[in-house]
Amino acid sequence: MVSRAPTKTPFLCSLRIQIRVLSALFMREVLTRYGRHNIGFLWLFFEPMIFTLGVTALWTATQSVHGSDLPIVAFALTGYSSVLLWRNMPGRCIGALWANLPLMYHRNIRVLDIYISRLMLEFGGATISFTALGILFISLGWLEPPEDFLKVVGGWMMIAWFGSALAVTLGALSHQSELVDKLWHPASYLIFPLSGSAFMVYALPPVAQKIVLYIPMVHGVEMVREGFFGERAHAIYDLGYVIPFCLVLSVIALLLVNWVGQRVVPE
Amino acid sequence: MTSQAPQLLSTDQGTDVDNGFLRIRDIRKIYRTRFGENLVLDGIGFDLRMGERLGVLGRNGAGKSTMIRLISGAERPTAGTIEHNMSISWPLAFGGAFQHMLTGVDNIRFISTIYNQDFQQNLAFVEDFAELGPYLREPVRTYSSGMRARLAFAISMIIEFDCFLIDEIGAVGDARFHERCDYELFGKRADRAMIIISHDAAYVRDHCNRWAVLHDGKLNLYDDFEIAYADFKELIGWTPPPGWPTVEASTA
Repeated sequence: MVSRAPTKTPFLCSLRIQIRVLSALFMREVLTRYGRHNIGFLWLFFEPMIFTLGVTALWTATQSVHGSDLPIVAFALTGYSSVLLWRNMPGRCIGALWANLPLMYHRNIRVLDIYISRLMLEFGGATISFTALGILFISLGWLEPPEDFLKVVGGWMMIAWFGSALAVTLGALSHQSELVDKLWHPASYLIFPLSGSAFMVYALPPVAQKIVLYIPMVHGVEMVREGFFGERAHAIYDLGYVIPFCLVLSVIALLLVNWVGQRVVPE
Repeated sequence: MTSQAPQLLSTDQGTDVDNGFLRIRDIRKIYRTRFGENLVLDGIGFDLRMGERLGVLGRNGAGKSTMIRLISGAERPTAGTIEHNMSISWPLAFGGAFQHMLTGVDNIRFISTIYNQDFQQNLAFVEDFAELGPYLREPVRTYSSGMRARLAFAISMIIEFDCFLIDEIGAVGDARFHERCDYELFGKRADRAMIIISHDAAYVRDHCNRWAVLHDGKLNLYDDFEIAYADFKELIGWTPPPGWPTVEASTA
């Protein structure tokens, strides 16, 4: 079980190694995924932007019923950006270890590093896309600047935290069973309409509200919307539920990564 | 997170010629397969010091590569301890660590960052050693297997380890490449520790000073190649055809 060097590495050294490893993995991910052709790494946020723009256009055209008097553009932007955040993170982490198995030969690269570098990339892409479109819509006058910027950030981080913990959990599980990959796709589609992006909780009947509030990302989306629209959003969320939820999920994620790390077999 | 076996792999720093050791005790490795548990290594152990080169003989599937992976830290043993104060390489000339979509240069940059080394200096060395010319700036997937081997070996040489793990190095590449590899390893780095796996018995005989035979999960150690080789032949049940020399002709 034990493989160790007798000398301990001081914390600062470990931290420096960690930062170096993560930045190298991050650059490698960017280059592998986007290459150097056409606009290269700009796809990182163009891709989610196209998604969000398309959905915004679609929802505007069909005048989707969302049960509030919020402008549809704002509704789509906050809603769909959030979906991209929590849905793409697990999507990228599932099977990530299989693709990067040979890296396990480098002593300083650990299983979690592979997941973290991909999460950084996903988080960066979704955040830049959200910000850029927000600024664009605001400057076009389609959207009011957020009433409480910090609350938007808080809600966004909440979704990202949940997404990351879920991603690492599923990523680690997917190394043991390919069922995870098979089931995640339908699951993510089915959760999407329930995730709070396409409705406001207060517009639902009380019974539905109760059920929907068990879904963690709903709270984050509601919070983002309250940050944007303040009172008008009538947001309903409970940090006393999501934070413990994410904490427990994070612990599970780390335990699973540790478990996989003990058993990983490079080619 | 980062290493459970924290190890600073910076150049020359860890090259402690007198005190470098690798201590392996009672390593067991069990793989779970569809046919039940498969015991690959059943309590192997040895010590290795700087300047010692251990050649490991064993038939296909005996667990030689598994042993190398465990020592490299890429994989964990089911039981037993691996202790060392040497920096230990990844399995040498192993090309799997490349990202095939990336160019040779990108791969060099990646390794340089991971191991905290000067990229420009490393690039210059690889350009000179691998002799890939403009291909170094093309994606690795366009390389032939010989070109990959050259790049892999050159990249392995840019990090100065105390202990090198070498798994079948002679399989690819031309004679000139082999000669240059031998010079880099056994000429320039004769003071290092090495563990060498090869099916080329003469290669193991010529380059090692200790030998071992891995069979049925057990590792037997020898100080004399001829005895090791005789045991090995007996274990695998191979009788040389009439007229076969006791040992293959020297490659040196």
